[in-house]
Amino acid sequence: MTTHPANQQFDVIVVGAGPAGSAAALLVARAGLKVLLLERGEYPGAKNVSGAVFYGSAILNELIPNWWEQAPVERPVCRRDIAFMSPTTAVALDFRCAGAGFATAPYNGFTVLRPKFDRWLAAQAEAAGAFVLTSAVVDDVLRENGRIVGVRVRREQGEIYGKVVIACDGVNSFLAKKAGLQREFHPHELSLGVKEVLGLDPAIIQDRFHLTDNDGIAYEYLGAITEDVHGGAFLYTNRDSLSLGVIGQVSSLVERRKRPYELLERFKAHPAVAPLVRGGKLREYSAHLIPESGWAMKPKLYTDGMLVAGDAAGFCLAAGLYLEGMNYAMQSGLAAAETAILACQKGNFSARTLSVYQKNLKQRHVSTDFRAYRHAPSFVNGPRLQNLYPEMVAQGMEQIFRVDGAPKRKILPLAYRMVRQSSIKPGQLLRDVYQVARAYLW
Amino acid sequence: MVMTTHEEKMRTVRFRVGATPHIVVNSEICRNECSVHACVYVCPANLFVPLDDGGILFNYEQCFECGTCYIACNQEGAIRWSYPDGGYGVTFRES
Repeated sequence: MTTHPANQQFDVIVVGAGPAGSAAALLVARAGLKVLLLERGEYPGAKNVSGAVFYGSAILNELIPNWWEQAPVERPVCRRDIAFMSPTTAVALDFRCAGAGFATAPYNGFTVLRPKFDRWLAAQAEAAGAFVLTSAVVDDVLRENGRIVGVRVRREQGEIYGKVVIACDGVNSFLAKKAGLQREFHPHELSLGVKEVLGLDPAIIQDRFHLTDNDGIAYEYLGAITEDVHGGAFLYTNRDSLSLGVIGQVSSLVERRKRPYELLERFKAHPAVAPLVRGGKLREYSAHLIPESGWAMKPKLYTDGMLVAGDAAGFCLAAGLYLEGMNYAMQSGLAAAETAILACQKGNFSARTLSVYQKNLKQRHVSTDFRAYRHAPSFVNGPRLQNLYPEMVAQGMEQIFRVDGAPKRKILPLAYRMVRQSSIKPGQLLRDVYQVARAYLW
Repeated sequence: MVMTTHEEKMRTVRFRVGATPHIVVNSEICRNECSVHACVYVCPANLFVPLDDGGILFNYEQCFECGTCYIACNQEGAIRWSYPDGGYGVTFRES
């Protein structure tokens, strides 16, 4: 290997200081290696948006015991609601857990504000010995003899050399594409999330959402909420604000010619949502792409001198019941870090050595989870399961509960009539039942 | 105030505007080869303005850098994009 100026030479270069990158840099730094964490934002988290519920509390607890005592967390999520919506009605499944790791340590998940949380996590990597460089955009990888030996930062003398590069540069990962590991995406593989943070008094939040003290709730909405756009919506409680947003498949937004922020306004105006957001004062509007296709959009995960983790690797599980990204980002970042550490110990950075990454991803349950749910995204994020059936459930409940002097119908004839009146063919319905079972049950 | 206009939403977002556009639209392609103009609808910041001549005018200053326009665009070469220079562009504070 060619030698380069010592100040430009690192063992590991991590690109992107989100949860994947910061977790990776933290672990590499703790192994005593020289690691550089590059972030294009003014500070880590400045470019990052998610719901945001962080379901990786137990994972982070292994790295930083009792991390929630020092991190900027909002509320531990102790209630989860999944609501099926028609334009005027809603049916919800309400899960509450007062103990058993939901409302008590190590907790199951926390609502967070990404610019604050990501900034804190990067600071932990820095405290462990990582060099953190912000306001640094990486434009390309550096190659020597066909292998990746570093990155090019957009500045004078921006060539920085590293034995291993870990690309954690997010859903649009320019780096994975430059390295030839990722293809261009199709509009049906990604969803756009638009979000608002609405300021609200903590006492009102506790009363309105029936929360004890600092506990929090995560609502997810399916059905008619995004009109005919394939997607859903969410509403999470923070300490003194609500995070809420609408998610729509890009291809579907295009086909229906819908503006995402108009869907957001409709969501807030829905009779089941309006009382929850009443009095909220807009603090920030934001938007971000979500790699919703999981296994189907996974890039090649490694090559000579480089690994890919987090959203850049498509490790975001968006499959109806699950809406998780930060935990998989962190796990894949850690798996990449373990791989890079091993490569440094061996002094060999070939694709063959780095292929251990696959085993590490399995051990951290990343690839196993994505493989297990590989059938879910393409189907769950489709029109019938995300929109049509949830809406039918909501309409069905309305008919069951309605007392208007007409004879009561039993549920089966009621369901039969609803299916007959919808655009669904009986054969299609049976196939969908099988698909749901295959996606979730076995 | 829960319901807000798009302008009111955008006023809550902080941008540090760089000197050079990070997204370049080839309006020629928009005018001659695209009848869909998906960018106009999907952009969460509403930055794509259809022109009378069938072309597209793009304002890069208030861009979220989300990439949706690039993904949605069905015309190869119509949108070229990269990220703004380091430290420039959108800076989220609460999301």
